[in-house]
Amino acid sequence: MEILLFGITKEIIGAGKLDIPADAGITDINGLKQWLAGQYPGLSSLRSLAVAVNRCYAKENQLLNSNDEIALIPPVSGG
Amino acid sequence: MLLKITDHIIIDEAYNYLQDDTCGAVNVFLGTVRNHAHGKAVIKLVFEAYEAMALQEIQKIALRAKEQWPLEKIAIIHTVGEKLPGEAVVAVGASSAHRQAVFEATAFIMNELKKSVPIWKHEYYDDESVWVNAHP
Repeated sequence: MEILLFGITKEIIGAGKLDIPADAGITDINGLKQWLAGQYPGLSSLRSLAVAVNRCYAKENQLLNSNDEIALIPPVSGG
Repeated sequence: MLLKITDHIIIDEAYNYLQDDTCGAVNVFLGTVRNHAHGKAVIKLVFEAYEAMALQEIQKIALRAKEQWPLEKIAIIHTVGEKLPGEAVVAVGASSAHRQAVFEATAFIMNELKKSVPIWKHEYYDDESVWVNAHP
């Protein structure tokens, strides 16, 4: 599962993309967030952390498919 | 609708798009780089976008504005990359028969853009840099 990273999440994770091994057993957004929190404690200091699936904000219980485009969305600050 | 993410804002492009002979009001708001923040001098801003999603979110906001006000045209342009104090980073414009609609609609669009569009501002001071809004 490949995760696109933007803004401060690139700094916290130390890369522009993150490959999560299949044996992590992630099936939904909640699972992804729990796995990320365990691997990258720095993410918990953020004001918020949303996940986008196929370029739309995802709900916490949304299921993930292997071909989804998944991205971490830290607090936005455009304008 | 003129919706784009670009390196550089050309104000005439927005105005030329928005102008319409049926309209008596064209409003173009420009957001620019301020040379200070939190009591410190700002050297530059660097904007990053998740472009494909940002354009989708921008379009959703524009469509909501069109539902709420009688707008003829809408332009939303946001920059990415390095911007220096004084430079324009975002342009939001609308045209309509009368002024009230465009004043209200451009304010609405800017407020919503700041809430949901996946664009990030990295603010550089002379001694450090921060991702704006990242931490509580």
